[in-house]
Formats: sequence, C-alpha cells, structure tokens
Amino acid sequence: MDPIRKFDLKAIIACILIYAVVQGLIAVEVIGPFWELNIVLICINIILAVSLNLINGYTGQFSIGHAGFMAVGAYTGAVITVKLGLPFALGLVVATISAGLLGFLIGLPTLRLDGDYLAIATLGLGEIIRICILNIDYVGGASGLMGIPRFTNFTVAFWLMIAIIFFIKNFKNSAPGRCCLAIRENEIAADTMGINTTKYKVMAFTLGASFAGTAGCLFSHYFFLAHPATFTFMKSFDILTMVVLGGLGSMTGSICGATLLTFISAYLSDFPEWRMVIYSVTMIVLMLRRPQGLFGSEELSRKMFRLGGRQNG
Amino acid sequence: MKKSLKALALLAAGACVMGALSGCGGSKKSEDANVIKVGGLLEMTGGSASFGISSKNAIDLVFKEINTKGVLGGKKLELVVADTKSEASEATNGMQKLLSQDKVVAVIGPNQSSAVIASGAINNGMKVLDITPMGTNPDVTVDPKTGKTREHSFRACFIDPFQGTVMANYVYKDLGIRKAAIYIDNTSDYAKGLAAFFKENFVKNGGSVVAEEAYLQKDTDFKSTLTKIKAADPDFIYIPGYYQEVGLIVKQAREIGLNVPMAGGDGWDSSKLPEIAGKAALNNTFFTNLYSPDDTSDLNKKFVAEYQKAYNTKPDVFAALAYDCALLVAKAIEDAQSTEPAKISAAMAKIKGFKGVSGEVTFNEQHNPIKSAVIIEHKDGVQTFKSKVNP
Repeated sequence: MDPIRKFDLKAIIACILIYAVVQGLIAVEVIGPFWELNIVLICINIILAVSLNLINGYTGQFSIGHAGFMAVGAYTGAVITVKLGLPFALGLVVATISAGLLGFLIGLPTLRLDGDYLAIATLGLGEIIRICILNIDYVGGASGLMGIPRFTNFTVAFWLMIAIIFFIKNFKNSAPGRCCLAIRENEIAADTMGINTTKYKVMAFTLGASFAGTAGCLFSHYFFLAHPATFTFMKSFDILTMVVLGGLGSMTGSICGATLLTFISAYLSDFPEWRMVIYSVTMIVLMLRRPQGLFGSEELSRKMFRLGGRQNG
Repeated sequence: MKKSLKALALLAAGACVMGALSGCGGSKKSEDANVIKVGGLLEMTGGSASFGISSKNAIDLVFKEINTKGVLGGKKLELVVADTKSEASEATNGMQKLLSQDKVVAVIGPNQSSAVIASGAINNGMKVLDITPMGTNPDVTVDPKTGKTREHSFRACFIDPFQGTVMANYVYKDLGIRKAAIYIDNTSDYAKGLAAFFKENFVKNGGSVVAEEAYLQKDTDFKSTLTKIKAADPDFIYIPGYYQEVGLIVKQAREIGLNVPMAGGDGWDSSKLPEIAGKAALNNTFFTNLYSPDDTSDLNKKFVAEYQKAYNTKPDVFAALAYDCALLVAKAIEDAQSTEPAKISAAMAKIKGFKGVSGEVTFNEQHNPIKSAVIIEHKDGVQTFKSKVNP
C-alpha cells in the first residue's frame, strides 16, 4: 500500500475512534446537551473554516463573504424541509449545490479582481444576500424562517465534517489543487506556466461556497431557525478569524482555530461582560506574537513535533 | 521557530485547561437544596444590551427583596444570567446552557421576539417555563402553524398590534391628525407589525397615509428619505423602530425643518434617545409604552424609589416588566409549592389579577396578559406621562 493510502486509512480509523468516544460520552450523558450543542457547533465551524481556507489559504484569494453562502445554504435547506416537506438529506444536497452555483456565478466576474478589491466585492456580496433574504416574505423576511425541525445531530455533523475535510485534503493534493497553490504563490508566474488562473480560482471559490452552504444547512437545522441577523458580516469575520488564527493555508490550523474559538466563546458565556474583552485580547496577543497564525502554512504532523523536540533538546 | 513553538505550547496548554474546566462544568456545582436557580436569558452585549442590563438590574432587586423572607419556607432565589449577544441563535445556545448546565427551574427573557421564538423550541422541549418581559410578537406564545398555545411560553407585555392601534386612535382622535407618513425599520418584524396595524386603524378612522418609506438597522444617514417625506407634506410621522436609528431620524428630520409631531412604539424607550437625538429635537414626539415611571400606583412608586436608590437612574420599561416577570415567577413557584418546572408552568397559567408595577396581569388562553397601554411625551428630553389607554 502506498504511503498516502496508508495515512488515509490511519486517519479514518482515528476518526472512527474519536466519533465512538464522543458519541459514547453523549450517550452516557457525561457530555450534557450544552456541550453537545457546542461540539456540533465546532463541527459546523470547522466546515466553514476549512472551506474558507480553501479560498483564502490555498488559492490566496481574500474572500470575506462566507456568511452569505452560509445563509443561502441555511435558507434553501430550510425551504426544502419546512416548506416543501422533503427529506433532510435532499435539503443538504440542494443547499450545497445552490450555494455552490451562486459561488460560481458570483466568482466568474469578481475573481478577476484581486486583493482589496476582491475583499470589498465579497463583503458587499454577503450583505446583498442578507438584504435580499430580509425582503423575501416567503422565507419570513426580517423575522426569519422559524419552526425548522432539529435534524442535525452529532453523527451527521461529524461525518459531513470528516467527508469535507478529506475532500479538501485530496483536492489540495490533486492537479487542480496544485494549480491553486501555484496561483497563491504567484499568479503571474502561474499564468505564464499555462495555468488557466480564472478557471482554478472559480473552481476553488465554488467548492468553498458550496461547503459553506452545507454548513449553513446544518446550522439552521440545529438552531431551529434561519434568521438574517445571524448572517451579518460579523459572522464572516468570525470564520475568517478562525482561519487566520490557525494559520492561512493550514488545514489543521483551521480545524484548531475553529475548535479553539468556539470553545473560548462557549466557556466565556458565564462572563458575558468579559467575553468580548478576552476574545479581543487573545487575538491581539496572537497577532503580536505569531502573526502567521498558530501553524503558519504548515500542517500539524509528526515532523513538526520532531523538529520542535530537536530544537528544545 | 523556538519562540513560536513556545507560544504554541502555551496556547495548547490554555486550551487543555479550558477543556478540563469545561469537562467538569456539569458536576462542579454541588446542588444546594436551599437555593432555587432562575435563569435570566438576557441581552448583556450587542446592539440591544441596554434592554438586558435594565432587566437584570430589576430582577436582582426583586430577588434581593424576596430573599429576605425566602420562598417555599425560606429557600433563596438565585439568578443565573446567560448572554444572548442580542442574537437569536445565541439565545438558543444560552437557553440550552441554562436548562442543562445550570438546571434552572424557570427562565426570564429574552426581550427580543425573534430570540424568544428561537429559544422557545428548547424550553418547550424540556418543559421549563420561560416568561419574556418584552417579546411582543404574537408568535412568541402561539405556534403560527398549528395555532396552539406554547405550553411553557409566557409574556408580561401586550402584543405588537395593540400598540399600533392605540397610536392610530390617539393621533386621529386626540391630536386631530389626518395626513400621516410611516417610516419603517425594514429589518424588524416588530416595526412592520406596528406599522401594519397603525395604517389599518388610521385609515379605518378616516385618515390617509401620504408616504411610506423604509430604512435598515444601522443606517446612519436618513436625510434623503426624510426630504422625500417632507415633500409629501404629512402632519405626522409614525416611526416604529428602535432608539438608535430613531434618535438619528428625529435629529435629522428637525435639521431639515421637518417639525411635525413624530411617534413610535416601545422601541423608543431608552435613556439614550435624548443623547442621540438632542433634547430640543425630541420635543413634540410621543410613543406608546407598556409602562411609565410616573404611574401613580403605590407599588410603582415603591419600585421607582428602590430602583433609583440602587442604580441612580429611573427604571425603563425593560426594568419594569422584568420586575413583574420576576415577581410572577416567584408567585408561580409559591403557588405550585414545588420547584418542579412543569408544575411552575401550570401555576403560572392560572395566575389571575396579579398586581405588578406595569398594571394588572391576568393571562388569557394564549398566555398573553390583558393590560393597559400608556402614551408618553418627550418634554426637553424628559419622558412625561401623557395618558393611559385601556384595551
């Protein structure tokens, strides 16, 4: 068996173990409903962070409209299950596809912009989606879409998260993935080497957007509602913070960033007055001490620990 | 590299400590048999933080007073606060925490309708009572799909439509106004509800609506729309919205010389409004409210005096209704003679003729109290009691 396959196998076994342990703890009620809720939230946030990392970290395009795609997924998923009464699985699929489709349509014109311009365009896009939803009475307008049944549970969220992580990992190692990395390193050079930069940028953007749609659908079916106030640009920044905290371009970084920030937010819920203060101080300290994020663009691996061990020893 | 690894290790260690602390979160609090925990799911941060903070202050007052005697023969009430960050999905999160981590017997809050509706799924699922001080949307206590009353959801305020109706009748009959403009906060279902009922009743009375415009929350420049409204030449502008935008709208309207009376709903009630709009600009503006601190009942006088002594400011409506909520919860616990959540809910539904600072409360089948509204006028930045309208 070649080493990549072997690694995948090990990783899948590890995932099954983690799943079994957490599910077991939930079953015997060591993890109560509150922490179960936060674990599901972590899974959703990880999906959002790794998908944004695909756009921002791997392809080097600065998008800050992720909450908009999440909103599209949340609402289309809810329309499928609540308004049309169709199964949740179909809702997930349609949410993913519709967010991806929108990402594709929006990506085509906007990805010709770069840097700050793209950031502004995606920021505007996120707001446009939110304002549109606000004015569609079919989905509840300003009061949001209420009465969504809770279909998401730990099992669904966890395995979807794992599937998406594997998908993005494999995408990165594929030919199109390498093209994306090349674009990040130097777009002009990539162009010169014959890479169709627009094609790969749109590809990464579409994939990232569609996974955000999946996460949105999971989100609305866990919190009973899809409300426009949830998907403001603050949500986009939250996701971006997770990615930057973990390190742009590092998948394990995004995962750790999402986990850490969700935990901080949950843990600080006992001190509402201090929550924002501690949260911001954490960010400032990190940016001062380690501006490239926890992992930089490295992945968490045994090599990293070996390197650390030798230096310390 | 070495330095950064150290930082990484530190952060990792921090995460571990947090994990460890959270892991034992469920069991660390030993249950004290003499303490009854009541949840306060309130807006402590975010755009509507002033609502939640007022409410918390008032609940603290009630519990402090009750705890001198205790309930159920000497047991103490303890308030456990969870923050909604002024957002509906966070309210769900907070409700889950209160019910499963803190194991409260009843919950007070939140004040925003959307947050109450969202978190309502949790407390009704777990059969624990929730009473909102200011969640005025009809769907808070009634499921719109089935038309059934939500068994464990209550409110201490009247519902939205009533305020729009009251204001329409008041301006038509008492102020003699015939041409009105409506300027709606388009991001809020609360504002839309008020506007719809205002329009319906104003037109039914015989008045006409000459302009209907909308704004979005967090907008800051309203002058172009206000100029448009001015061109329609209304005698009166109805602005159902929240104090932050309303303050700016009133200020900018006066700046462009739009000096007609303006009015809104209880979203106007904030001590911040005169700061934002300016005292002079606020003259000739009114709003409907559930409560006025100038109400002359003995209970209210006592409450206002106590609140002023403790917090050095007059109580607003969020404080007054939360005060009533806290008293109602205490009464329900006493009536039920139990700390079992389901029994407290049942006792709450039976409460009749309860005298609170905001008036008498009797719940109808839809868990809505039947009570009166007040109209408040701003005079040099001071809220003054103008009249009381019965349902």
